[in-house]
Amino acid sequence: MLNIPVLRWGKPYESLEKDEVLHFSTGEPVASVSQANGGIIQRDMRKAQKARDILREFSCSELIGLIKKSADLYLNATLPLGDGQQSPDDFVYQQSSTTGLPEHMCRANMAKNSFVLENMHTILDALTRGLDLDILTRGYGVESRGVVMSYQAQTPVLGAVLPSNSPGVHTLWLPAIPLQLGLVLKPGPQEPWTPYRMASAFAEAGIPREVFSIYPGGPEAGAALLSSCDRSMIFGGTATVENYKGNPSVQAHGPGFSKILLGDDVVDDWEKYIDLIAESIYINSGRGCINCSGVWASRHTKEIAQALAERIGPVEALPPTDPKAGLAAFTVDGMAVAVWGMIEADLKEAGVTDMTEPFGARLVEQERCAYLRPMIVHCESPENAIAKKEYMFPFSTVVQCPQDEMLKKIGPTLVCSGITENETLIKALSDATHIDRLNIGAIPTSKLNWLQPHEGNIIDFLFRSRAYQVTDDRLAALKS
Amino acid sequence: MSSTETNAADLQTLQKQARERLDAHAYEMVQWHFHESTGCPFWLEKKAELKFDPLSEIKNYDDIQKFPLFEDDWLRGGPASRWIPKALEGKPTYIFETGGTTGIPKSRVVIEDHWIDYENFSETLPDKYFPKGANWLMLGPSGPRRLRLAVEHLCQHRGGICFCIDLDPRWVVKLIKKGWMEHLEEYKKHTIDQAITVLTADHDIRCMFTTPKLLDSLALALEERGTSIREIGITGIFSGGTEFTPQWTRYAVEELLGGSPEEGGVYMTPTYGNTLMGLACSKPVTPEENYKISYYAPQPRAVTEVVSFDDPQQLVGYDQTGRVKLTTLTKELFVPGFLERDEGERERPFETYPWDGVSGVRPFHETASATTVGVY
Repeated sequence: MLNIPVLRWGKPYESLEKDEVLHFSTGEPVASVSQANGGIIQRDMRKAQKARDILREFSCSELIGLIKKSADLYLNATLPLGDGQQSPDDFVYQQSSTTGLPEHMCRANMAKNSFVLENMHTILDALTRGLDLDILTRGYGVESRGVVMSYQAQTPVLGAVLPSNSPGVHTLWLPAIPLQLGLVLKPGPQEPWTPYRMASAFAEAGIPREVFSIYPGGPEAGAALLSSCDRSMIFGGTATVENYKGNPSVQAHGPGFSKILLGDDVVDDWEKYIDLIAESIYINSGRGCINCSGVWASRHTKEIAQALAERIGPVEALPPTDPKAGLAAFTVDGMAVAVWGMIEADLKEAGVTDMTEPFGARLVEQERCAYLRPMIVHCESPENAIAKKEYMFPFSTVVQCPQDEMLKKIGPTLVCSGITENETLIKALSDATHIDRLNIGAIPTSKLNWLQPHEGNIIDFLFRSRAYQVTDDRLAALKS
Repeated sequence: MSSTETNAADLQTLQKQARERLDAHAYEMVQWHFHESTGCPFWLEKKAELKFDPLSEIKNYDDIQKFPLFEDDWLRGGPASRWIPKALEGKPTYIFETGGTTGIPKSRVVIEDHWIDYENFSETLPDKYFPKGANWLMLGPSGPRRLRLAVEHLCQHRGGICFCIDLDPRWVVKLIKKGWMEHLEEYKKHTIDQAITVLTADHDIRCMFTTPKLLDSLALALEERGTSIREIGITGIFSGGTEFTPQWTRYAVEELLGGSPEEGGVYMTPTYGNTLMGLACSKPVTPEENYKISYYAPQPRAVTEVVSFDDPQQLVGYDQTGRVKLTTLTKELFVPGFLERDEGERERPFETYPWDGVSGVRPFHETASATTVGVY
């Protein structure tokens, strides 16, 4: 069994409190992970500026080069981990065994993270709108029009309280190091694997270890991280998002409530889009905030729901090693049963039909875990309570709603794919402030263009654009 | 006989003597609480419901198991006077509360128990780090709390003056439950500001009571001002709470207090206590034992046992995990078997405390998620 220490600015720290991370189906311990108490984090954060100072000894482009090198190491190398070594296959096995995610999905997420590292220069170029990254290093500079501009870092480090159940979120914090900001991570209890492997790959690539800290721990550790980092992100439920609403230091990522809207102009051809919709619901076991949890149309909704149910309803729970496995296990005791209980209660409402019912029981309980098989629920009205729900498995409602009421009724939506050629609807979708990422046309909600910002541009979160005036002779010197 | 065997024999003798003292004390206390001339109205009324006569059938400590488990809900509401033993009527009486963030708090009447408990505890404090005559800071809850007056008495008993702060733990719990974390942070700062004001006002404060969370915050705040717990003059810290884990203790010793008492000059002693029991002391905490914290109740005045989760009459084996069961046997209070909201491992007796202890104390796993830990 691996022993994984806390990393305090790169230095391993073995805690007297350890958490055994268990295999979700056998119960065997996979790793013993040292736990950080909150005080340790608060004390370490007093030295956060040092991480930025160290990183500013490199240029952004040098760091991007090292990040690119780490992309290959992360994907292909055997790297040090705690008191052992970890090959890519070990990583896939370990992540799958503690999160319940099928191994092929772990491998795909690994490739996704590596892709983002590999293409960091393009991603940063897009997110900064082509800004000379030296401006971020210095805090000021001259843009191509000859105007002085300033982007001031609002924090020396980026903190992140990470989840256990969605390895896809790790791409969000990857830009920190090339932006010369240290990294302070609290991994999810069941998913220490990505942060530690990433840190190991960074270090092997030549990024100084002193610029990252990893603090596994309980809620106290998460609270300490959030209160002591000037900028951090947290992943959680609606309550978490509400809790940090209006807090400029915390970017809270919650449920996506991502949706596909079929315009009246295309809905009669709904069959053309079924594959795209099914993929949006089902890919990555429906765990992501970008998975579709609501399909909205003014007509043909029953037929759409029926077709989706036939497509994904028969999917069975398969072992995580099976390349065909499409479902992740619920590894937290009682969670799947509780979720199923909530769904059952909502299904009792008039106008709500479980379209996947004919394909057998949805709740599959095993000795140490449980699965929920894909669900498609038809709603005759947007007012049905279940139309506003999202769960951590392939689950979607198909909601009947007149087109002109859709935007008023859909509620907060992280990704909206508006399938329509209707320019009036496109304009309304473009203006809707409760939609974050907008896809116009037949694009799955789950298809991310890495050159686009996600849930707020990380550059805007970490840096502040401000006035910066210099004398003419200094401006001339800057331009030369 | 080898020295190990001699020590074992000595320990057995000590254990036997301690047990005899406990048995005699248990008999005496039951006589006191159930005799018409001395007992309190609550227990005299309860006596009628019992299927045995405590006066004739309780001969020793084990016999106390005949009583049903104590229910702390009995402590809610009035009249509080029903808990005052007749023999102590007319003496100045304190009322101390526990809980009370919402609803009626549990309350306990006390006459002198808190003085006696803390005077006994005083004997365990090393004078080198808790000098006689030193002034203290009570950096803990104020209000209707036993702890607040008990710490002040401890300080006075040792010849010092105790400085206190205002801290309403019920408001802290409300802030946490409401999720008002910014307010919580500000209240914590307000608390620490009060402490620093006192500590920097030339009162020559050398000792303090505090909780792990507040010590953490105080140390950070002092460091931000370019000083430290030791530099501000503190040499002895008495602290307590279920957050007192081995890891936290190690962190505090290594990073807040500058190392062991010999290295850093600050001695910290963990304790475990509550309004019903008084104060359990800790076996010395050392790096060699990975900062393991084992508590021993102040027998014979109070007894802690580690019992089976399924059967509270059944002790678990040594090193095994169970729920903490408390029995209080003072002239002011009789608590026959109360299941605490804590669990831990049963510890062996040793020379200083030749009776069972409990280590690894933490919130009882079945109720832990519903417990809001505030400043304790």
